[in-house]
Amino acid sequence: MKNTTPLMDSQEQKTNASGLSGPSRRQWLMSSGALVVSASASGFLGLTALSASEDVQAQPQVNGMKPALNPDELDSWVAIAPDGGVTAYFGKVDLGQGLSVALAQMVAEELDVAYERVNIVLGNTDQTVNQGGASSALGIQAGSKPLVQAAAEARRLLLEMAALQLNTTTSDLAVNLGVVKSLKDPNKSVSYQDLIGGKYFNSKVEWNKKLGNPLEIKGKATLKKPADYKIVGQPIPRTDLAWRIYGTGQFVSDIRVPGVLHARMVRTPLAGATLASVDESSIQSVPGAKVIRQQNFLAVVAEKEWDAVKAARLLKVKWTPPASGMPANEENLYAHLKAAPVVKREEEVKVGDVSAAFKGAKRIIEAQYHWPFQSHASMGPACAIADVKPDGVTLWTSSQKPHYARDGVANLLGIDPKTVTGHWVIGPGSYGRNDAGDAVMDAAMLSKLTGRPVRVQGMRHDATQWDPKAPASIHTARAAIDESGAVTAYEFVSKGFSRVSIESNEADPNDSLVGMEMGLPARNGVGFGVPGDAYQFPAKLQAWEVVPDLIKQASPLRTSHMRDPVGLQIQFASEQFMDEVAFETGVDPIAFRMRYATSARDQDLFTQLRDKSNWQTRRAYTGPQKGRILKGQGVAYAHRGGTILAAVAHIEVDRQTGRIWARKFTVAHDCGLVVNPKGIQYTIEGALVQALSRTLYEEVHFDEHQVKSVDWLTYPILTIHDTPESVELVLINRPELPPTGAGEATNRLIPASVANAFFDATGVRLRQAPLTPKRVLAALKQAPTGPLKT
Amino acid sequence: MSATSFKVDGQTVKIDGDPQMPLLYALRDELGLNNPKFGCGLAQCGACTVHLNGVATRSCVLPISSVANQSITTLKGLGTPEHPHPLQSAFVEEQVTQCGYCVNAWLMTAAALLQKNPHATEAQIKDGLKDLKCRCGSHLAILRAVKRAQTALLAKGALA
Repeated sequence: MKNTTPLMDSQEQKTNASGLSGPSRRQWLMSSGALVVSASASGFLGLTALSASEDVQAQPQVNGMKPALNPDELDSWVAIAPDGGVTAYFGKVDLGQGLSVALAQMVAEELDVAYERVNIVLGNTDQTVNQGGASSALGIQAGSKPLVQAAAEARRLLLEMAALQLNTTTSDLAVNLGVVKSLKDPNKSVSYQDLIGGKYFNSKVEWNKKLGNPLEIKGKATLKKPADYKIVGQPIPRTDLAWRIYGTGQFVSDIRVPGVLHARMVRTPLAGATLASVDESSIQSVPGAKVIRQQNFLAVVAEKEWDAVKAARLLKVKWTPPASGMPANEENLYAHLKAAPVVKREEEVKVGDVSAAFKGAKRIIEAQYHWPFQSHASMGPACAIADVKPDGVTLWTSSQKPHYARDGVANLLGIDPKTVTGHWVIGPGSYGRNDAGDAVMDAAMLSKLTGRPVRVQGMRHDATQWDPKAPASIHTARAAIDESGAVTAYEFVSKGFSRVSIESNEADPNDSLVGMEMGLPARNGVGFGVPGDAYQFPAKLQAWEVVPDLIKQASPLRTSHMRDPVGLQIQFASEQFMDEVAFETGVDPIAFRMRYATSARDQDLFTQLRDKSNWQTRRAYTGPQKGRILKGQGVAYAHRGGTILAAVAHIEVDRQTGRIWARKFTVAHDCGLVVNPKGIQYTIEGALVQALSRTLYEEVHFDEHQVKSVDWLTYPILTIHDTPESVELVLINRPELPPTGAGEATNRLIPASVANAFFDATGVRLRQAPLTPKRVLAALKQAPTGPLKT
Repeated sequence: MSATSFKVDGQTVKIDGDPQMPLLYALRDELGLNNPKFGCGLAQCGACTVHLNGVATRSCVLPISSVANQSITTLKGLGTPEHPHPLQSAFVEEQVTQCGYCVNAWLMTAAALLQKNPHATEAQIKDGLKDLKCRCGSHLAILRAVKRAQTALLAKGALA
């Protein structure tokens, strides 16, 4: 039982769609006598024995070797094993939403193989091209495109090979479950594995010369028509969960590398403090523990993990506090934001003459909303392993953008990224740039400084106090109303901390804690966003303003992407404001939205939502309810990256405790083609519950000197008591439209749907998140005693 | 350094070293077991849960000295793909968890809960699970699976 768990090729183990283990890809590659396939002058494919490899185009070929991992090589995307199993190589990752299942369906569909035969390799930098990592819920929307193209192109080539072998034409051929048959003579057939199993296509595809999210390729094949789909659209169950439930696979923290040193980072609790001195004798009692220090970068390492933990606790460190504290604390945060200088203003949406419309308005409605800093607070602190050797670096990382983590480590160490290999292994939850990005950079630096492979894992405070945060913001909305009650102009301005004070990927070491602690200047990047909706107001201005970071260098409040970056903040405000305008003008909130969001898809969405949610038409707050529990309904609507969606929340407010229970949600969701309805359902449920937690509970506590949210007591999230009783999904499938994201769109509906339901229940607005019992009780004191007039 | 002996999933193990070391580090670092996870080290999340003589216990704050000669069960001891615990089957059927880092917490805690109170009401189940965290928000699926497992266990007569 003693520490003998072998290193496994964990991605293949986890994503094998059949749940069965076969020979690893590497095994079959090594054992196969490869063929080279090259285009002949006639346009047909000729099969050549290995020795002819030199006449294959572009890449230098070695007998039996795979072409270089370039996007324009078909072999970079898809491979067929000697047993007919298909592997597709995905340059993004699946953070646990079943993306690899949906991708396997799409690949199986185009290749005409059984879904169970498709295995998706995720994110490893030596096996996949850089498709941008997990990013903006683009896994299907953008990430599947090259895989689908590659699968179709592979099928086309396989048919040409089969035609040659069966002495017929491709038009005479049909494929079923990876077996190609002649239509004229059903006795003539050949399987994919007999055509190419274990060998390479060595065929080029067109590539748009872009890396990351926009990467696309194109083969000569024609894609299937959605009407012909048999596998895409099916509710195929998750086959990648059993290893987690039986504990037979590995998370990144379970990877064991021989000779590894265990490390713990020692970071100051004081924001902006610098390292004055370290008393190395303070850890003398811990066997083998050592201090590793470079400028303000400080860690302890030990042979055993517990010794590293002990050493980190015992180590006596003197920190020099900064000359002054941060210019804000959680109490005066919004006053600070209001008064703070603007680093950059961007008017992303400008329609019509907004100022003229406001001048001519009969009435102006105005409101302001506040959203706090929030922490990823992933389930476990990040872990990473790095082995920095003179001839190359190996990383095991759960960063959701492993290719950029590879580049970041190379840039940090000043080496060629080609000498760095990043293995992606799932970590304890990832919803953007959390602490995983720092862990892998820390591990690489520690491995370089110690000359040993190093495994670094955070303690709880490393994850909650020191992870990058979602930005705090204030949002000011105004609407101009004419005599008829119609909206003639709408203005929405966010003012907040940047969504990318550090970039959402790790490629630039200036964005990492280790980089900043070792003197690299922080970039303090600037960006925010605007509401996602399709309201057709005659005049519209949507803008954002970004203010300076509270401290520039190595800040525990540095901000970056967290699931649906700035979407919750913005839509909490914009969709609550739409409700306010609806009631102020005496219009039912769904009817109001339908009046201004007029596309056929929007109308269909609202109609279905209204019917399925048992929505009660309301034109005003009708007066206080009797009893302890107050009930309310609220709606919110959004667009995100092409996905159109809306939700109705039915909530209960306990007027004695101030607790909100969001008892029921109905979500109408239109993301074009539905690849796997079950997968989308679970993804939406998770997104919804996580967003509900951010709506009701989450707020980073801090004063001028430090972040005071360090664990689950000081950064509470929702519990199973807060779980809605039901979530009903109205999934609108549009096979004629390409699929768009479902991974994080729902998140932005939840805050306003709950806040709007709170107004419906109580007649009071909660314009500051989170909607804690304390704020609820304070708001209830302001509740109207009778109906509200419009 | 003294040695501490205890049973893990039926096997006797002996750990040399600091008796104050939490059990979690012994299981993970010394014995190479993966299923109890480090989530907080503060007994606030449940990721490290094991059964100590059948009782769901947070191993991250439990010194090994306090488990000497006692019996520990980990997720592996609860069930395997070949011989699954009904909760594991139910979690697979209900497709529970997203990242899955917390799943050990829910399985080990729910198993002890249903063993102790086979007819637990939904409110009692929620009460018994309220101190566990899931950051991905899989709570709806978790509840469905626990109820499914409860039904299966009662049907099997596995619970008195």
